[in-house]
Amino acid sequence: MPINRDFLGRTFPPSDPYEISRVKIRDFADAIGDPSPVFRDVAAAQAAGYPDVIAPPTFPIVITAAAGNRAATDPELGVNYAMVVHGEQSFSYVRPMVAGDVVTAQTTITDIRDAGRNTLLTNTTEFRTLDGELVCTAHSTLVERGGAG
Amino acid sequence: MADQIRFADVETGAELPEASYPVTRLSLVKYCGASGDFNPIHWNERIAKAVGLPDVIAHGMFTMAETGRFVTDWAGPQGAVLELGVRFSSMVVVPDDDTGASVEVTGVVEEKLDGNRVRLTLTARSNGSKVLTRSRAVVRLP
Repeated sequence: MPINRDFLGRTFPPSDPYEISRVKIRDFADAIGDPSPVFRDVAAAQAAGYPDVIAPPTFPIVITAAAGNRAATDPELGVNYAMVVHGEQSFSYVRPMVAGDVVTAQTTITDIRDAGRNTLLTNTTEFRTLDGELVCTAHSTLVERGGAG
Repeated sequence: MADQIRFADVETGAELPEASYPVTRLSLVKYCGASGDFNPIHWNERIAKAVGLPDVIAHGMFTMAETGRFVTDWAGPQGAVLELGVRFSSMVVVPDDDTGASVEVTGVVEEKLDGNRVRLTLTARSNGSKVLTRSRAVVRLP
């Protein structure tokens, strides 16, 4: 089943609020092998000018996974996950994510197109605090191999 | 605290010190747990081979995270990552042995921008192949 083009331009509802904790940031920094004190030590982070420990730049992927990658896994969208590889990923920051931030993730499907036998699905996810402050925007392209038949 | 690089000390065209980051099966199991991405191709050799892969492969986002680490290490504690972007071009195959694989990251100062911002271009290789292309970052330095 090809990817449903009706989803082009669709914005999904925001995720449930996600509270960024010091423990989760440390857990993630450990998993990527990064010993930097600004991800672990409040005093070191404050000495560098942050209100609390900050998250590594690829941390938002934790938040979208916790939200179940709701947009891309919508059954009506029709992505065949067995055939999907990650094509591109980027993050743009207004400021770092900081422990104590409570954010939602809201995804819009910005492009669906065929490239050879593959189909490319591009989406944009905005991470905002509950006050509406934009912290980070992520762009992601998934490649469904053979999706174009 | 690590040394803090300053915008004024950065020169266009300067090469960042190359870094090599190990990737073992344990790294991938830890990343599965921390990221919430439990796709079995990242920890189960039987399933990886059944879907046509040579062996277990690293999460693309793990490789990107190592590139992010390269950037934040260089930018120092007061350096802010404003943009980080990659294109995934090849797999990082992680064998089940004591060594695993490694990701080698290099970078160049592409351009100095206004507002104390610096644009970097990055490359990441594993086992002789480019695993990320069109990788770039923008950081703000003090």
